[in-house]
Amino acid sequence: MKRQQIINGVIALVIGVLIFVTPFIFIGLTAVKSAAEASQLGLSWPSEWLFWDNLVAVIQARNYMLLLAYFNSTVITVGAISLLVISAAMIGYVIQRRPSKWNGFIYALILAGLMIPPAVVPTIWLLKELHLFKTLHGMILIQVAYGLSFSVLLFRSFIASIPRDLDEAAIIDGAKPWQVFFKVILPLLKPVTVTVILVQSVTIFNDFTNPLYYLPGKDNVTVQLTLYNFQSQFSSQMNLLFMNILLVTIPPLIMFIFFNKQIVKGMTAGAVKG
Amino acid sequence: MKSSRSYPYWFILPGGLVYLVLFLVPTVAAFWFSLTHWDLFETRFIGLENYYQFLREPFLITGVVNTVIFGVLTSIAKSVLGLLLAVLLTSGLLGQSFLRTLIFFPVLVSTIGVGIAFAEIMHPARGMLNIGLSYFGIQGPAWLIDPNLALFSVALVDIWKGVGLATLIYIAGLATISSDYYEAARIDGATKLQMFFRITVPLVRPATVTVVTLSLIGGLRSFDIIWAMTKGGPGFSSDVLASVIYKQYQAGFYGLSTAGNIILFALVAFIVIPLTYWFNRREVDL
Repeated sequence: MKRQQIINGVIALVIGVLIFVTPFIFIGLTAVKSAAEASQLGLSWPSEWLFWDNLVAVIQARNYMLLLAYFNSTVITVGAISLLVISAAMIGYVIQRRPSKWNGFIYALILAGLMIPPAVVPTIWLLKELHLFKTLHGMILIQVAYGLSFSVLLFRSFIASIPRDLDEAAIIDGAKPWQVFFKVILPLLKPVTVTVILVQSVTIFNDFTNPLYYLPGKDNVTVQLTLYNFQSQFSSQMNLLFMNILLVTIPPLIMFIFFNKQIVKGMTAGAVKG
Repeated sequence: MKSSRSYPYWFILPGGLVYLVLFLVPTVAAFWFSLTHWDLFETRFIGLENYYQFLREPFLITGVVNTVIFGVLTSIAKSVLGLLLAVLLTSGLLGQSFLRTLIFFPVLVSTIGVGIAFAEIMHPARGMLNIGLSYFGIQGPAWLIDPNLALFSVALVDIWKGVGLATLIYIAGLATISSDYYEAARIDGATKLQMFFRITVPLVRPATVTVVTLSLIGGLRSFDIIWAMTKGGPGFSSDVLASVIYKQYQAGFYGLSTAGNIILFALVAFIVIPLTYWFNRREVDL
């Protein structure tokens, strides 16, 4: 490494840390301060370290709303992802393996899902008609519908790399179509499945807009909605609001630490092929 | 035909049905509802009245204009900064993989959390940003309080949060460019700047297409960052279509809200579709 590269590297690191780390330090410090100190918004060291007190206060707020929110968010995320993986893999498999005059039409529909902003009020109207409005399973199905296009595209391009000989061998051995898919193909999809799970779980866990519209009411609160609720309630208790932000940031942080490579792979998929 | 029996279309059914009912049907129904006066009590056909209202009411027009400004600005900034950062972070810099990680992390963090935190960071008097600027002798502006600046302040935070994804897409794109081109250019005596504009920029185009399209679609539809930081204010100065749609829905003007949805859809389609068409038509000449 040349001397110039080291100097440039140090400069870039300082600027990078300043721009991308200080906001998180600010969140962390504010979260452990007293209400009075936090309201000064400074980057100063807390005179009292109130991590535990603030944590307990946030969790107990509004009758343990945060715990309910974590439960709801987990149910939605896990439920939606299980359905997404199976249904998107099946779709990706059929449209990749079976070229037909319908494919152009199916593609147009998939791309529409990536581009068109969901029509919220008509969706609410429909959810009400189907008795899915304000229900966790309704929210799960919404997340499946909105995440399907992206997942299908990922599965389809991965399945293209699996040789057809494998399905044909299984078919000759007398396997039924669903056996070929579930016993031969699905186990081979593990890498792309991991990618889909990671990317979608971050998306669904962090989703704010859709629960705001389709899941109102305090029994259905999700983690992101607690932030929004506490924003007005805790306007004089910045420390508690920021403790909440800290808690909401932890799940993605854990995923990031363990699965950084796969997340990056999933989110940049398709960029290289063009 | 064997293929039809081995790969039955019913495989599409489970996902396809959910998609049809919860996404496609409301999208099509929206066209009808946008032509109605629709509130809690009644649905009455009123033709294009909702759309006229969008063209008449100043605060609704502001929403449309702001949507375009926000979408285009953040998308351009993310692609330009993303490419520059990608070039920097593939140049063998000390600690470059750490920096990549650092820049990418905000992408995964809750947008609402980021928005709330930055609303405090951008506090005109006590906020970290203006205090930081004052060390360099710069008097920071009123960021979110100033009606002329609020939208751009939110855009700045959106760029901060999203530039990491653009950078990583560009890094993946740069990896596909053969080093032979740079070798040949170096032998011919090309400068670094010439190499950047004549080799890197044209050859990294597939990544540019992805970054621009993704961030345009995302930017035009942005809601949570704006809602967390300004709620469209002060006044209506940072309202975008997505926040107008929410406000009209809350106020019970369902028809008007749905018309906003259709306009947003049209805006995304009219900007993104011609752009991708244009991008795909122009092939790289090298």
